[in-house]
Amino acid sequence: MNTLISKIKIAAVLCGISGFSVLALAGEMKDTGTDGAGQNKIEIKDFAFNPQTITVKSGEKITWINRDEEPHTVVSVEKQFKKSPALDTDQEFTVVAGSPGTYSYFCSVHPKMTGTIVVKQ
Amino acid sequence: MSNYISHDHEHDGIDRRGFLKCMAWAGTGVLWTISGGVLVSKTLAEVAKTGSSLPTATDLSFLQISDSHIGFNKAANKDVTETFKIALDRINAMPTPPSFLIHTGDITQLSKPEEFDTFDQILKSCRTKDVFYVPGEHDVLNDGGKMYRERYLKNVQGKGSGWYSFNKNGVHFIGLVNVLDLQAGGLGQLGDEQLEWLENDVKGLGGDTPIVVFAHIPLWTVYPQWGWGTSDSERALGYLKRFGSVTVLNGHIHQVLQKVEGNVTFHTAMSTAFPQPAPGTAPSPGPLTVPAEKLRSMLGLTSVQYKQGTTALAVVDTTLS
Repeated sequence: MNTLISKIKIAAVLCGISGFSVLALAGEMKDTGTDGAGQNKIEIKDFAFNPQTITVKSGEKITWINRDEEPHTVVSVEKQFKKSPALDTDQEFTVVAGSPGTYSYFCSVHPKMTGTIVVKQ
Repeated sequence: MSNYISHDHEHDGIDRRGFLKCMAWAGTGVLWTISGGVLVSKTLAEVAKTGSSLPTATDLSFLQISDSHIGFNKAANKDVTETFKIALDRINAMPTPPSFLIHTGDITQLSKPEEFDTFDQILKSCRTKDVFYVPGEHDVLNDGGKMYRERYLKNVQGKGSGWYSFNKNGVHFIGLVNVLDLQAGGLGQLGDEQLEWLENDVKGLGGDTPIVVFAHIPLWTVYPQWGWGTSDSERALGYLKRFGSVTVLNGHIHQVLQKVEGNVTFHTAMSTAFPQPAPGTAPSPGPLTVPAEKLRSMLGLTSVQYKQGTTALAVVDTTLS
């Protein structure tokens, strides 16, 4: 099925509060639970996504965490997945990788910041 | 270097040599001022002491404040509301109040309603009530600028995502939006719709009309590696080429930088919240933490004076220290 299913979790780590919502661009929603969290971490630091390119398997989670004192976002260039809200310091954003392919994304606040997700079968 | 004035074309007590001396001050971050030959250099503190207004004869004076980042609470400045208040105190202490204020964006840190509320509340203490805004990227984070426009465009005829123009004392002011619909890998952006509006907006104006353009992200390429520029600003400036005096006021980079190109003076203002590093001097443009006693010397506001018949506007930066 040619849909990208994403799940978003914003955690206010410092406050110990966690909000939770499920979003999908197209097709059905899928909640995969929290298994495997932390496998694919992308750190946002010094106005850069690190690693800039990440390769994951379909169904795996990808989590960004903002380590800057500046808010950042994660936005799909081709609008293939729902954009993150503005992530403040230490906030996280998680999506679940959908169909195999290459997904480009950027920070809509600082568009010089770009990254790539490669999803394998 | 002697202090006599050899060339005083504008009869304002400043010549090229005096100007260059002020340029030298720029390196210290204390105070500097410039504008195509017209130059005024007094701190607001000096003005308060002597009781004289900044220029001796001025038709219009206004103040630029920028990057107040209400809601920011990290090491670079734990109390941005306090430094914003100090900036307003400085304005209130001016013997001749400015006609109006311009805020060049990043009112808030995270576009939160309570941050906007705090800003509005503090601003009430300002004697000068007329304020014109343009948004920074921090003001439009989650809703494309809807909340910003509802709050800050009440007194102007905002077009599109919030750009507008108005006239004061024969000067044509243009507020532009270059923080929305940004493209991956790119810089600030104005977009076709806004550029077409700009072309029409200035069409009927005589070339001798002084123009002031204000927008958040610099409309000149300061440092593209950090996104400090606007991808389609050249087209905007093309529409303004025929004007004898164009002053471009920006924020975003939290430091004073200035460039003169033909009839166009580009100028960026200090923040009232925290400084940012000089281009390329840090791993990223993130907030710069300086020793507490130094902070206020790196925050400030900008005063702009226009005297009819002169060739350019005088732009004066003052720190909060």
